[in-house]
Amino acid sequence: MGKTLAEKIWQEHVVRQVSGEPDLLYIDLHLIHEVTSPQAFDGLRLANRPVRRPDLTIATEDHNVPTQNIDQPIADPVSKLQVDTLRANCKEFGVRIHSLGDAEQGIVHVVGPQLGLTQPGMTIVCGDSHTSTHGAFGALAFGIGTSEVEHVLATQTLPLVRSKTMAINVEGTLKPGVTAKDIILAIIAKIGTGGGQGYVLEYRGSAIRALSMEARMTVCNMSIEAGARAGLIAPDEKTYEYIKAKPHAPEDFDAAVTYWSTLFSDADAQFDVEIDIDANLLEPFVTWGTNPAQGLPLNANVPNPADISNPEERGAAERALAYMGLTAGTPLKEIAIDTVFLGSCTNGRIEDLRSAAKILDGKKISSTLRMLVVPGSARVRLQAESEGLDKVFIAAGAEWRNAGCSMCLGMNPDQLAVGERSASTSNRNFEGRQGKGGRTHLVSPLVAAATAIRGTLSSPADL
Amino acid sequence: MEKFITHVGTAIPLRRSNVDTDQIIPAVYLKRVTRSGFEDGLFAAWRKDPEFVLNQEKFRDATILVAGPDFGTGSSREHAVWALQNYGFKIVISSRFADIFRGNSLKGGLLTVILPQDVIESLWVAIEEDSTLLITVDLEARTVSYGDVCVPFELDDYSRWRLIEGLDDIGLTLKQTDSIDEFEKIRPSYKPVTLPIRG
Repeated sequence: MGKTLAEKIWQEHVVRQVSGEPDLLYIDLHLIHEVTSPQAFDGLRLANRPVRRPDLTIATEDHNVPTQNIDQPIADPVSKLQVDTLRANCKEFGVRIHSLGDAEQGIVHVVGPQLGLTQPGMTIVCGDSHTSTHGAFGALAFGIGTSEVEHVLATQTLPLVRSKTMAINVEGTLKPGVTAKDIILAIIAKIGTGGGQGYVLEYRGSAIRALSMEARMTVCNMSIEAGARAGLIAPDEKTYEYIKAKPHAPEDFDAAVTYWSTLFSDADAQFDVEIDIDANLLEPFVTWGTNPAQGLPLNANVPNPADISNPEERGAAERALAYMGLTAGTPLKEIAIDTVFLGSCTNGRIEDLRSAAKILDGKKISSTLRMLVVPGSARVRLQAESEGLDKVFIAAGAEWRNAGCSMCLGMNPDQLAVGERSASTSNRNFEGRQGKGGRTHLVSPLVAAATAIRGTLSSPADL
Repeated sequence: MEKFITHVGTAIPLRRSNVDTDQIIPAVYLKRVTRSGFEDGLFAAWRKDPEFVLNQEKFRDATILVAGPDFGTGSSREHAVWALQNYGFKIVISSRFADIFRGNSLKGGLLTVILPQDVIESLWVAIEEDSTLLITVDLEARTVSYGDVCVPFELDDYSRWRLIEGLDDIGLTLKQTDSIDEFEKIRPSYKPVTLPIRG
């Protein structure tokens, strides 16, 4: 019987396999940031252990960093201590770091691919659940906890139990205005926040093949929101082309491509579960609730919890509407927004900025809201400025910021106030995620841009 | 890691599903560089409500949290496990845990027990009726018992053995250093390295 892509990658990284124990898996790349690493480095110090492979490790600063006045010291002393601790740890253990102010600094999941360090067939981990992003290259990439960060630093391996596999077949052609973000939000709404638990998802089908590399990253990024640790897409010509010009592309590129072209699920491979999505039917999607599965097409109304038969889901919907300050039956398009956030590891890459800038070009954002545009990395920011996108955003009335996780999570100065409502291109609409009491609607960059202009949740078709 | 064999304690009913790690501990509390002191951030937003179960005097000494399905979804922050442990919890019971949270908890010695939702419903009712109800979680026998009730739970032999022995994974893996050395000898040369820096 054939193997799935995830099974092939797994098999190639098994260091030790003993019945009744987890497999010991070799890790090709370990990405590090300031939040989930200090206790891991502390553990190494206590046990007097070195980092086994500093040359397979790279760090950057993203969660805590401000996106304004980055030439000044970080104002929050606790955030500053965490960033300083990362810098000191990297120096002590010989780990490469891209700090605030460096052209390669940025969100860890934007930095890996832009340096060409993310390649097909690799195992990639990071103390961050959105590590699944790197699966877009046909890599097995997943988030880990701090104990596991320490384990990888010390041994370059992880003991892991193999996941089951789920194929998500997305066939058809997306309508204009429908994006990768809408695909993944629709998938999560279909299978639920626990639907992917215990699985590696493989996104397949004509609609996935048609996506650019950056759009594929958006899809894989949110695999965790369906409960799956990892999601991946088989590499193809687009993947090779994307890597080719990057700084850490393989020197013997042909040898790498020969290997990469073996990375696909065999025709007779058996997935544990298969799900079908019709791309032709998808519409711009937005969330109305407080978990990423609580989403609907933009043309729908806020659902009525009384219509939900499952008591658990009904209760969750009631709590979500109360928290979100929404009334059942309200058209989603009538929901007024206070802040539009364009950025994050989900939608902070150059194509995301280009698509939003195209909508905003020559227009003004509504006077009833503010818009933050936060490039995913300093490199993305430089690229955008070379294309004049910063001028488009600024002329429209948006704020042009420096790179970081920014308003995706309430950990740096960019936060929502209590009761403030956002349309956000990020990945989580949990209670308080973007700041205590903040209310989040997850959207695509196109919906974010159209919403910024109209002031209420909107798609470009509404302009 | 402390050895875990049997725990006897009282429990708190948390009748919510999809308790994500941003609820367990909001990001703003993740800035410490130590492993302790995270109890202040545990369920920080919900604890502002005086009626919230953690604020009820009768549940003050509970060491077992009984939650709804899909506990620990979202972020990979191990701080969620530390916050629960720092607060005094030894065990979380739910019908379904998110993968990363589950892995983090078992590595860190917080026992996560999976029971069917109908058993959890009965457990909630029992705890709400009597907050002093003693619940025994026996890892050796893999059972949860209270009153006349005794229900089995599943946990793989390897995780159970590690918890009972209080073993740390890094120590176990470092015994396999020879296998790791051998593996590295056959790793393909075209795999990328982060050093030296190429620009």
